[in-house]
Amino acid sequence: MKTIRIANGAGFLGDWLDAPRRLVARARVDYLTIEHLAELTMSILARQREKDPGTGYAEDFLDILRSLTPALKAQPQLKIVANSGGMNPQACASAAGKILSEAGLGDIAIGCVAGDDLLPRMSELIAQGCEFTNLDTGERLAGTPQGADAPRSPMGAVRSSAPKSEIRNPKSEIVSANAYLGARPIADALTAGARIVITGRVADASLTVGPAMHEFGWRWDDWDKLAAASVAGHLIECGAQVTGGYSVDWQDYELADVGYPIAELTDDGGVVITKPEGTGGAVTRRTVAEQLVYEIGDPRHYLTPDVDCDFTAVEVEDKGSDRVRVAGSTGRPATDTYKVSLAYRDGWMASGMLLVYGSDCREKAEACGQIILKRCELAGYPLAHTNVELLGFGGGVPGAWFWRKFQTPGELVLRVTAHDPRREAVECFARQFAPLVTSGPAGLAGYATGRPQVRPVFAYWPTLVPKSLVTPQVDVRPAKECFS
Amino acid sequence: MTHGKTIRVGDLASARSGDKGNHANIGVVAKDEDAYGVLCSRLTAVRVQTHFQELGVTRVERYELPKVLALNFVLYDALGGGASRSLRIDTQGKLLGTSLLDLTFHANAWEDNDQ
Repeated sequence: MKTIRIANGAGFLGDWLDAPRRLVARARVDYLTIEHLAELTMSILARQREKDPGTGYAEDFLDILRSLTPALKAQPQLKIVANSGGMNPQACASAAGKILSEAGLGDIAIGCVAGDDLLPRMSELIAQGCEFTNLDTGERLAGTPQGADAPRSPMGAVRSSAPKSEIRNPKSEIVSANAYLGARPIADALTAGARIVITGRVADASLTVGPAMHEFGWRWDDWDKLAAASVAGHLIECGAQVTGGYSVDWQDYELADVGYPIAELTDDGGVVITKPEGTGGAVTRRTVAEQLVYEIGDPRHYLTPDVDCDFTAVEVEDKGSDRVRVAGSTGRPATDTYKVSLAYRDGWMASGMLLVYGSDCREKAEACGQIILKRCELAGYPLAHTNVELLGFGGGVPGAWFWRKFQTPGELVLRVTAHDPRREAVECFARQFAPLVTSGPAGLAGYATGRPQVRPVFAYWPTLVPKSLVTPQVDVRPAKECFS
Repeated sequence: MTHGKTIRVGDLASARSGDKGNHANIGVVAKDEDAYGVLCSRLTAVRVQTHFQELGVTRVERYELPKVLALNFVLYDALGGGASRSLRIDTQGKLLGTSLLDLTFHANAWEDNDQ
């Protein structure tokens, strides 16, 4: 029976940079996946690309690739599949090609998967009848025929009290719109000889399904096999979260050298989740079950572009020695739409913190919060949305009742946040923290970290697009030909 | 009313939470089949919604995964606008799982008045 080993070395952009190198140094794997894109990472990358057309991808990937060049030389079986291309997979492939060429690996083929970026095509897609209805709220996008007179367009949806004039043309307000592509273009790139595959927005699980389809030659309508590979992909996509990371049993695990996960897939659809020998963390029934239900909705329908998976059919069997067998996955035909992650501009936000000390810290922190907001009003900037949190006194989960049984602590962190359509209003807000040190109550510290940063807000608009209107693009070429 | 033993969800299960847009989910994984049985009968969607009432949760849906002894709770509109728009420190609902583990109920169901 043929077995392939697919590992994951990053669960989000910002994950442990050294994890991929440490992983392939201690375990022989066929594929290393790198998952760099969360729901809103695309809009952040889109904004980077707006400022500099040569950017807009996860630059962490280049550091990871540099750290992997010795392994790529020593382990001919090792391939990499990464969605680090973000908003600009071509630029990422080009930079990767340069790194590989400089390391003497210019003949390695890089596959670039694109076609997920719908932003340049919004007018055309709307003209073809796409309504881009918000999956969560049912609202229609302004600018679509039915949404033209809708009271709540993207800008309006945020703040129903916003003056009509603020509801600008959504085509200029939308920052990014990306379809979640599936496993097929990844499998195509591998079949065309790519050893490194760099994609834009691809569904997380598809990073694992692509290699499985390429290796096993399963049919694209073998739904149970697609489901098995998707479950494996879902389990490893968040890195160490399936190997003991972010666990309530944290005291039981050595996490400093936590092992990142490996999925062993066999051509009959079998899956075993494990990790490199001698690493920290653990793979048990519970770490796997916790990750199975992580960030899912209805477990009977875990939808990917490749298949509709039934997670309630999944069985998990602890084989000991950090090996957990995952079986029973069943799938139904994939839907005829791609999920689209769309982001639009939604004003500005800033958040500041101060340490408030003393037996009266609770009342004092609340007073400081009110002083900050009152001074914004005095400056002529009443803020649209604000929040005052007392961290250390239950602010992490407002209202959760168990905090009420605790006494007021002797110190807490005051955190005040403001969100407003006007950048200048939020700038004004950010300037109100430091002055409290001389003009507020006694017992404040922590202002030395500087003025809170004012950042643009990109709101999230989940929607769908018919698969028939999106064509994934695959470009495979030697690393040395990826850049000029 | 007699006061019997209280049970903490954390004694029966582990939990992990995360975001889907403005909604959050909490996966609760029972320690064994007995614990799963207790959680199925006692950790209702209503109980979870009450626990997180002040977050503005509009609806809680509970799904059962008996083969892996897990419950999945989907908390609608729990995240104050979602990852990028939320004004809270926990923009993605990462703390909700840990918070749910501190929920307690009486060992005898009839002693719980909030069922």
